Amino acid sequence: MTAIPESILARFSGSLGAFRLEVEFEAPTRGVTALYGPSGCGKTTVLRCIAGLKKMDGLLRVGADVWQDDATGVFRKPHRRSVGYVFQEASLFPHLSVLRNLQYGARRAKPAGVRDLLRFEDVVELLGLGSMVDRSPTALSGGERQRVAIGRALLSQPRLLLMDEPLSGLDQVSKEGILPYLEALHQQLSIPILYVSHDIREVARLADTIVVLSNGRPVTAGPVDRVLERLDLELGPGPFEAGVVLRAQVAGHDPQFRMTRLVLSGQEIAIPAASLRVGDEVRLRIRARDVALATSRPTEISVRNILAGTVLEIAEDPETAFAEVLIDIGDGRLRARITRDASADLGLVTGKRVYALVKSISFDRPAIGPRRPEAVGG
Amino acid sequence: MAAGSEQALFDAASLWPPVLLTLHLATASTVLLLIAGVPIAWWLARTRVRWKEAVAAVVALPLVLPPTVLGFYLLLALGPGGPGGWLAGLAGARTLAFTFEGILAGSVIYSMPFVVQPIRNSFGAMGNRPLEVAATLGASPWDAFWTVAIPLARPGIVSGAVLGFAHTIGEFGVVLMIGGNIPGETKVLSIAIYEYVETLQWARAHVLAGGMLAFSFAVILLMMVQLKRTGRQDT
Repeated sequence: MTAIPESILARFSGSLGAFRLEVEFEAPTRGVTALYGPSGCGKTTVLRCIAGLKKMDGLLRVGADVWQDDATGVFRKPHRRSVGYVFQEASLFPHLSVLRNLQYGARRAKPAGVRDLLRFEDVVELLGLGSMVDRSPTALSGGERQRVAIGRALLSQPRLLLMDEPLSGLDQVSKEGILPYLEALHQQLSIPILYVSHDIREVARLADTIVVLSNGRPVTAGPVDRVLERLDLELGPGPFEAGVVLRAQVAGHDPQFRMTRLVLSGQEIAIPAASLRVGDEVRLRIRARDVALATSRPTEISVRNILAGTVLEIAEDPETAFAEVLIDIGDGRLRARITRDASADLGLVTGKRVYALVKSISFDRPAIGPRRPEAVGG
Repeated sequence: MAAGSEQALFDAASLWPPVLLTLHLATASTVLLLIAGVPIAWWLARTRVRWKEAVAAVVALPLVLPPTVLGFYLLLALGPGGPGGWLAGLAGARTLAFTFEGILAGSVIYSMPFVVQPIRNSFGAMGNRPLEVAATLGASPWDAFWTVAIPLARPGIVSGAVLGFAHTIGEFGVVLMIGGNIPGETKVLSIAIYEYVETLQWARAHVLAGGMLAFSFAVILLMMVQLKRTGRQDT
């Protein structure tokens, strides 16, 4: 018996004017895979090829199904591919009500066999669409429209959800408003999501796997926490956004000082109070520039979070004043960005015992685990 | 009817046939214009072939050509020696010229640019995106055409239909060239007005001309209201 391939394999090559795309990657059929890279690196083109909206030379296999294979001349038309596509702009049909928009894909969905169907009521609840169904898309805000577009895509019962920078057209407030819904999707759906983004913060918050593209070529791919640890890659809008993603459990709350205690690799840290339940798993993004290092455990210091670890790797950039240090803190790794001067002063070498200091206020609002989006942000 | 209105009855009896014939012609033309014009507009809006503008120019020719020139060629085409005559031969007739079918064919060709242009613009303005969305939601191209493209192009289709209808009603030159002046067959409104003026029956010319004036005003007003409404929907 041959094993059913449990992955999405994509390989595309072609030219768009002077731009050359040459991409191959494999993504798991679970969780969120981010296609990450700067604008114009070919992310959207790859997504369009996967949906069949654009035709390039290549191969595309989703699970056991081949959607495109030039060797055998297979090319499934877009409407025969079981994908949900969320575009940058919500692109709702203006001549249909929100309800009819949601039903458009649902009515054309092919019976999916054994797979669990996404029920209309569940999708409406998951995305908080209840109060919108009778309205016209023109009466919705940008964030609401994008939520409807996501719901519409989900109700077409896709095997694969493609999202092309769904937040890029939204203002900061709408963005923050919609992120919890995306996190809820991630937690509660078994459909794999390919998520195109040029924002490393979004990727760090949502993705499990990352494929980094640059100039039409994949640079690296892998689990998001492993890739973000790599000191040789510059991801994001510059070195100042570099950082790692770590998972922690909520250990308890301190109502008097309004702090939430988390356990991270067996060590305790504290963040400003977040409405999380004890036992919830959270994702923390810790930027390298927010981490300071000491060679002995400091006392009488305002920094609340002191994590013991050992130096794994030091990357010095002789062109600048800075060095990046990767620290093993048990089950995870931290990146610290310090000056080369400090590194020399502390005598940092691989294997040296260090204490990483992280100010509590430096955390991005933590992404939550198995909770409803309504409960977030208290 | 009372016996005292015999004169009025006579008037109405002679005035109505051209009006009814004109409405009949305009309605039939509009139906044919939409059946032919929507696919042409769709093709012009979507195709990437290089010679599409040549096709567009052919469709737009009636905008610039004097109706007499167009009418002359149509006369040749519809006559016994042209394809229209061959077609008429199938039905046992000698020619399509000077028949209702003949002026119907002429009207459709003559009004085509007024129908194709607004519909093409509507299809062009919606862009690819709605159709891509429909495809990713599982709609075949045919399905997406009827459930997305046509509803979104509705303002253009309504404009095109109204313009085509109105333009056919006001037509004169082409009909004169290929239809002549046969009551009940080719004697349409504009021809009737012309005849009344030529024969100095000004009162009757007034009734028909005034009616045309009111009708034209109503059409233009309707179009503007429609355009304004769709403009609001877009924002």
